[in-house]
Amino acid sequence: MSADAPPQWLSEVPPQPGVCKPVPILVVSQLRKSFGGLQAVDIDHLEVQRGAITALIGPNGAGKTTLFNVLTGFDRADAGVWNLDDRPVTSLRAHQVARSGMVRTFQLTKALSRMTVLDNMLLAAPGQSGEHFFQALLPGWRRQESANRQRAEILLERFQLDTMRDEFAGSLSGGQRKLLEMARALMAEPSLLMLDEPMAGINPALTDSLLAHIAELRDEGLTVLFVEHDMDVVMDISDWVVVMASGAIIAEGPPAVVGSNPDVVDAYLGRHHGEASHI
Amino acid sequence: MDLGSVFQDAMREAVGVRAAAYALAAVGLNVHFGYTGLLNFGHVGFMMVGAYGTAMTVEHGGPFWLGLLVGVLAAVALGLLLGLPTLRLRADYLAIVTIAVAEILRLTARSNVLEPFTRGVFGITNFADSFYAVNPFSPGRYHVWGTWSYDERTIWVMMVGWSAVIIISLLLLMLMRSPWGRVLRSIREDEDAARSLGKNVFSYKLQSLVLGGVIGAFAGMLLAFDTQAVNPDTYLPILTFYAYAVVILGGPGRIMSPIVGAVIFWFLLEFTDGGLRGAVDAGWFGGILDGAGIGAVRFALVGLGLMLLMIFRPQGIFGNKEEVLLDER
Repeated sequence: MSADAPPQWLSEVPPQPGVCKPVPILVVSQLRKSFGGLQAVDIDHLEVQRGAITALIGPNGAGKTTLFNVLTGFDRADAGVWNLDDRPVTSLRAHQVARSGMVRTFQLTKALSRMTVLDNMLLAAPGQSGEHFFQALLPGWRRQESANRQRAEILLERFQLDTMRDEFAGSLSGGQRKLLEMARALMAEPSLLMLDEPMAGINPALTDSLLAHIAELRDEGLTVLFVEHDMDVVMDISDWVVVMASGAIIAEGPPAVVGSNPDVVDAYLGRHHGEASHI
Repeated sequence: MDLGSVFQDAMREAVGVRAAAYALAAVGLNVHFGYTGLLNFGHVGFMMVGAYGTAMTVEHGGPFWLGLLVGVLAAVALGLLLGLPTLRLRADYLAIVTIAVAEILRLTARSNVLEPFTRGVFGITNFADSFYAVNPFSPGRYHVWGTWSYDERTIWVMMVGWSAVIIISLLLLMLMRSPWGRVLRSIREDEDAARSLGKNVFSYKLQSLVLGGVIGAFAGMLLAFDTQAVNPDTYLPILTFYAYAVVILGGPGRIMSPIVGAVIFWFLLEFTDGGLRGAVDAGWFGGILDGAGIGAVRFALVGLGLMLLMIFRPQGIFGNKEEVLLDER
């Protein structure tokens, strides 16, 4: 997958909202979600290319996080259908969505504070027999546990958290928690990694390392969809950018194309920013 | 005042049947509150259905072993009844529903309508004869030290009670060190994070509620066997909060804390009681405090002790200070 360099596939895709992708992993149709009178999400069609980094950007209140919550089963849509790897995930509950391969992180990091870093990692391993009540009382799960532990150690080392292995997750710094959350999500063996503002609240030095991690994951064949509102971050790393405003997708395309799209600039700065600049 | 005998009396209670029963109740509550983060304010309801399940079965002609089974199944049913509608909701709903259901159970058991089944306010007595029939201790008094002694019945209930506490605690230790226990702790920390990692949070909460409830039912049975009586007004909401006091005293989420918490709780209760009584008899308080006021004052003192503990050692006896401070970040 990675050898085929997905960005090149995307170069032939016209930059239009709702455009079809060559090899989509996630296909969303007619998704609507409103809170009372507010139409939070209103998407006709959206496809996410497999093996690429797709950024979902838009001003505050554009509906990015709501879309994330709906897709991952943390919130219910009013209408809509979406498939992951051609399997319907529309009506699945959050834990079932995660098991089907779409694993998310949160804007406000959810480190499990009073558990060790290693326990945070081990928790995420899928299909553990020791998670069943009666099997937990038998020693059968220990072999699986030690295999999971090995995998966790490798991931922790990769994210430079191996020295913190036995510390409480709550004692990590903000940036380390972000890294832990990402490592933990990877431990769950996702096919689509959904990162909700992975750079929020992180010092700039760590941002670069986080971005490098994300790019590396893409090169290994993982698909990444992430929410971000910092345009500079997005331009550096993403293969494809989807822009949301007021719940709808107003533009998509390669970063350079989207960055020069006047509609996007308007969405960020307000439609009449030129005229209003004297205020 | 003879401090030595006050101490011995306090020790007798500290390792006695009621301490064992409170320890067991607290073990169950520790599963809910300490490991899973469930706010069960109706733990006494589980104790009650356990005791009544056994007592009613025997009273209506069933064998004793069936009574035990009915008590356990009643606790399972209560756990499901409480959990199914509330565990998908925010934590406070479980708290509200459990405290209400426990009171509804008590008031129902004491109602006239159900008197043919529950014997109403009179309660049921002498249903545990089969339990005492297998008592291996021969009649007599068993002396530990000075005035600290037990009769053969008490020592039999104590042995069964503390054995249950130890066996169940060891089983829990295995469970909590397994991936199953890890999922419970993750739910306590952040249930959305657990969900995002593919854990069926609702199912685990339900399992936790039922497991802790069944352990609570055992505690209720033990208390009932000791007195050979069940009466609705034994099962007041305050019993739930004693169990909370025990868990918090020891430190929530630790295997040893319910056991040590219960021992300390009963020691303090009896020591202050005996000490105050001795002081009143010796005329230390003049006319300010009489025998009737002691009961209230000793709980005030225990309450003060708990407050001091929360101020100076918020993590309980076994807790880790660092762990508690993490919550505040």
